[in-house]
Amino acid sequence: MANLKVNIGNLQLQNPVMTASGTFGYGTEFSDFIDLNRLGGIIVKGTTRHAREGNPYPRMAETPSGMLNAVGLQNKGVEYFIKYIYPEISEKINTNIIVNVSGSTVEDYTETAAMINELDKIPAIELNISCPNVKQGGMAFGVTAKGAEAVVSSVRKAYGKTLIVKLSPNVTDITEIARAAEAAGADSVSLINTLLGMAIDADKRTPILSTVTGGMSGPAVKPIALRMVWQTARAVKIPVIGLGGITNWRDAVEFLLAGATAIQVGTANFIDPAVTEKIIDGLDEYLEKYKFQSVQDIIGGLQV
Amino acid sequence: MKKYIANLTVVENRPLNDTMFLTRLKGETPLPEMRPGQFAEVRVDNEADILLRRPISINFVDYDKNELWLLIQKAGRGTRRLSMLKAGDCLNLVMPLGNGFTMPAPEERCILIGGGVGVAPLLYLGHEIKRHGGKPVFLLGARTESLIAELDLFQSLGDTYVTTEDGSMGEKGFVTGHSILQNTRFDRIYTCGPQPMMKSVVKYASATDTDCEVSLENRMACGIGACLCCVEKTTEGHICVCKEGPVFNSKKLLWQI
Repeated sequence: MANLKVNIGNLQLQNPVMTASGTFGYGTEFSDFIDLNRLGGIIVKGTTRHAREGNPYPRMAETPSGMLNAVGLQNKGVEYFIKYIYPEISEKINTNIIVNVSGSTVEDYTETAAMINELDKIPAIELNISCPNVKQGGMAFGVTAKGAEAVVSSVRKAYGKTLIVKLSPNVTDITEIARAAEAAGADSVSLINTLLGMAIDADKRTPILSTVTGGMSGPAVKPIALRMVWQTARAVKIPVIGLGGITNWRDAVEFLLAGATAIQVGTANFIDPAVTEKIIDGLDEYLEKYKFQSVQDIIGGLQV
Repeated sequence: MKKYIANLTVVENRPLNDTMFLTRLKGETPLPEMRPGQFAEVRVDNEADILLRRPISINFVDYDKNELWLLIQKAGRGTRRLSMLKAGDCLNLVMPLGNGFTMPAPEERCILIGGGVGVAPLLYLGHEIKRHGGKPVFLLGARTESLIAELDLFQSLGDTYVTTEDGSMGEKGFVTGHSILQNTRFDRIYTCGPQPMMKSVVKYASATDTDCEVSLENRMACGIGACLCCVEKTTEGHICVCKEGPVFNSKKLLWQI
């Protein structure tokens, strides 16, 4: 077995395979299908300062090799998370649990991060400045370097552990935002969040999503994600976490070669709830096959 | 209840009418315990760009033969592809999912009201009610006679009444207009079908102060409560149809009726 360990800031992962926020609930939804403790990390559902009901139904549209969602950060708020969800998952799950933090204002993000900073068994947060499905904030911070800098630097002051910033692909130049996050003190950037998309019902002549537009994910977005990871890994010194359409170990290897230190699996969890374990095993076999001692040996190893 | 990822083999895939087909599946290992009203997430193979599984309610489980039955309507490309499965083909399912119907006490008088392909979960429910000593009554509705599926099977389980919109079978009109509902009081109603039909059943239930459970089929992705796509607005806020449902007590829903 090859050495699969990687580090993201001070965060140590037993392997580079994590699950993407919003696609894996709080992890326990998948415990009948996989051994959660084998994952490098679980990034739980986006958490906000106050409870959010999310967007009205319908929130999902299937598209060729992909899907659109418009969930809109439905969650019960950070206080509920700390009181009811954290005790349960931190007892049941013995791998890195990372909380995805969202907000509408810099203050919201900062307060939420500060509260999660107090939780011993949460070694990192992923700051979501890229949700396309909420009217205020979310992506608004992630589409300008200035917005990203403002929220990341404020959270950085309140949060002492590993700070990952999740980037939006709905920008002219993602490397510019990545550099702003790095300059503001981020330990890592993860990309890509969903691409803004739309679906129409031709028979009814109406949009399929209640919000008209939504975030696109799935295998269809993988080439775009791969390109952005490649560009970003060359633009920043902090580790890059790659995601977007990863469905099997081969996809994961491609992201690592493009420069990602770790990867996240999202939409693929819906198709095969056991896919993450298969990706870990496949990655290990790949390294064995090509006689790499460590997964570190292939990170950024693309031969151009 | 523990959920499984299972590969089952198609025993038979038989068209029942122009739009519906019955897929009988067999397991190599014993099928898990499944409750009436639960569903399976079925993978659609051989269509590269179809990504998501299709949520299909459990029509019947024959534990003697180790068979799972799915009654499916051709609604789009995914289900059309499923209709082309042949005996011997393999189908990948995640199951059993969701909560299922509340089982009645044996002495409770129950009517199971299904519309179109919505009759699917009521067969297994009726079977289980009967197996526990109850006497289920069925009321099945469809546009026309040929779209009443599995009539003989329902009749074998209990008194079965039919309405068709064109009057080709049973009483003409909608299920809620059927005389059985005017003449008889029931303790419980279970319903599954098109939403306008279920809404009028719920209206009848609330007018007659009858306990009523409805089975919903909101647009789903994960099927296990992880993605929060299939939510229904309820007295408890937005909750997942796949995990907290698909069966809801009608009092929990915020339907405008």
